[in-house]
Amino acid sequence: MSYRSSVEILTEWDIVAARQLGRNEAKEVGFGTVDQARITTAISELARNIYLYAGKGKIEIERISEGGKYGITIIASDEGPGIPDVRKVMEDGFSTSGGLGAGMPGVKRLMDTFKIDTVVGEGTVIKATKWIR
Amino acid sequence: MNKIIATLVQDNLDEILVNWKELMKEDSEERFFQIMSQSVIDNTSREFAELMVSNLLEGENKYENRLNIFTSKVVRFGWSISFVMKAINHFANIVYELLETEKIIVDENIKEYNTILTNWITPMRDGIVDTYAKTWERTVQLQKIALQELSASLIPVFDKISVMPLVGTIDTERAKLIMENLLEGVVKHRAEVVIIDITGVPVVDTMVAHHIIQAADAVRLVGAKCMLVGIRPEIAQTIVTLGINLKDFTTTSTLQRGVEQALAWTNRQIVEVEGN
Repeated sequence: MSYRSSVEILTEWDIVAARQLGRNEAKEVGFGTVDQARITTAISELARNIYLYAGKGKIEIERISEGGKYGITIIASDEGPGIPDVRKVMEDGFSTSGGLGAGMPGVKRLMDTFKIDTVVGEGTVIKATKWIR
Repeated sequence: MNKIIATLVQDNLDEILVNWKELMKEDSEERFFQIMSQSVIDNTSREFAELMVSNLLEGENKYENRLNIFTSKVVRFGWSISFVMKAINHFANIVYELLETEKIIVDENIKEYNTILTNWITPMRDGIVDTYAKTWERTVQLQKIALQELSASLIPVFDKISVMPLVGTIDTERAKLIMENLLEGVVKHRAEVVIIDITGVPVVDTMVAHHIIQAADAVRLVGAKCMLVGIRPEIAQTIVTLGINLKDFTTTSTLQRGVEQALAWTNRQIVEVEGN
């Protein structure tokens, strides 16, 4: 059984809304403060990427459980330009917008699993999961 | 025909109001009916009904005036917009039914009456939506200003030492403001050390870190040192995981330690004075 809630990302303030949603969900599922901060930061990065590169998209938070374990999956989807070179994006220090270039590899490290599906010209879907330890 | 409707409504106002209140109570979860005293409900309902009728009879100006007064009153009550919309719909429906039972509306003139009712209800809805939207816009505007006032002020705490406490979410606009205030303040207060306190920043992601790093670089350019304080344990962990490099920064956990460090940099310290 899963429970899913979502926030549309259209403006910079929607990033805050997505973050807030993620924090509340993480708290309710039972994550500790450090993991709450990790999840919130990951959502912040993913939402900001949507805002910066795709213009609009969606952040969904799904509560998941498997074999007595509980967790959260963040699904960030957009219909933006897609990512031409995924490997490059996952490198530390690579940025096309003059940022730190730590966002995507950072999210991967913040979460337990990280999956990226992207088609140039069609959009990107990123799924990242964190389990309660 | 307008007159006929208006007279009918006025003559049967009490009955209409009773029916209307009944419908509204059934239909809405609005706390209005539970919280407000009976007299307030009666008064507002009557006022609402009178406004509805006045639209049928009076000229444009007077009506608009009354609509403004009425909507601002409603907004102050904290009625939700959907509640007000329901109120109008129910009122119109009751009046329509009344016109039917009184045999004022018959098959021959039903089209005409429909037009009148539509012309009656639509501008009212538009007006209310408009007023609501304006009120919201104003509120958002004011809050934006209030937020900006809270935003980023550089506080001189000691000679040569200034503190900038950051509270809340940092977006692009605020980041710009932080940078401006920081540089302006450093020059104005002749600060040699600037302490940025992020105790109140809920999330430090790469963008926030990026802005802070840039601000610190700029501060260095105008000849001051920058220190980052108030890094909570969970924030420290996420910063490390993200792989953000803050090695060029002096960082401490609390503002207190930061101030001590800053004093040490400017060759001073706080000493206890022996009491008499």
